[in-house]
Amino acid sequence: MSQQNQPVDSLQEVKDIRRMMERSSRFISLSGFSGVAAGLCALAGAAIARYSIFKEYYDLYDERGYFINTAFADLKWRLILLAAGVFAAAFLSAFYFTWRRARTQGNSLWNYTSRRLFWNMLIPLAAGGLFIWGMLSYDQWMFVAPACLIFYGLALVNASKYTLTDIRYLGYCEIVLGLINMLWIGKGLYFWALGFGVMHIVYGIVMWMKYERN
Amino acid sequence: MKNPITGLNKVFDNRIRLGVMSILVVNEEVNFNDLKQMLEVTDGNLATHLVNLEENGYIKVHKGFVGKKTNTTYAVTKSGEKAFNEHIAALETMIRNMK
Repeated sequence: MSQQNQPVDSLQEVKDIRRMMERSSRFISLSGFSGVAAGLCALAGAAIARYSIFKEYYDLYDERGYFINTAFADLKWRLILLAAGVFAAAFLSAFYFTWRRARTQGNSLWNYTSRRLFWNMLIPLAAGGLFIWGMLSYDQWMFVAPACLIFYGLALVNASKYTLTDIRYLGYCEIVLGLINMLWIGKGLYFWALGFGVMHIVYGIVMWMKYERN
Repeated sequence: MKNPITGLNKVFDNRIRLGVMSILVVNEEVNFNDLKQMLEVTDGNLATHLVNLEENGYIKVHKGFVGKKTNTTYAVTKSGEKAFNEHIAALETMIRNMK
């Protein structure tokens, strides 16, 4: 290494250091399309709940003029199945776009950073999931939507330490939305669609414009 | 004028050693396989450089177990962090003088 090109080498060295620090501490392959895809799944799910499952339930009510217990139990299970389906579809489509992006960036999808991101996101999510499951077992339906939003928001805020920091703002929005939902407790489905649908899509588009457009 | 090269640390001349330090200053503890994956190097090559860094007192090694498999993790020491920061400061000075 001659003294002549030392400054050029140092510049390269600093770039290497920065790249290594970033690549080793944050998972940066999250794709904006993942957000958009997850949001679309959520909106589709909310639409099915609103215009098919609930509609049928109230149509039955109108026919008979009263609710029957089996209809309500049926409604519960159909909603739970729908929610599970939406979650699976959202997860898979989000996974696909991030996998694609990681591949083009030459990163592996299951590495030190993605593992850390996964676990740190899973902790609040699993706690929230079990908490909601517990509420349902006491037939407490009122707080399901706000609890979903708040726990998901907390998971995102926690995850932001291990991936693109922008996701923290999405987390804040979800938490605030969940808390506002407490004031209009019967409108859970709309808040749910707003938080998991619209906000994911907006976030995904913003991320795409910021990091992936070129 | 002070020679800008004096601040540079010989130990960090090597890319792999510099890479290991860059990773360890931002992560509390990283195990051998993760380092290997991030730096894209072979076992033997990485091991040699880790021994060198350890002998210089820049990193500390912790041998543990995950089940029955050994899990060796590495962390930066106080003096390692100091040496790394000084090295970066020297690089910055050099780049500033270039402009």
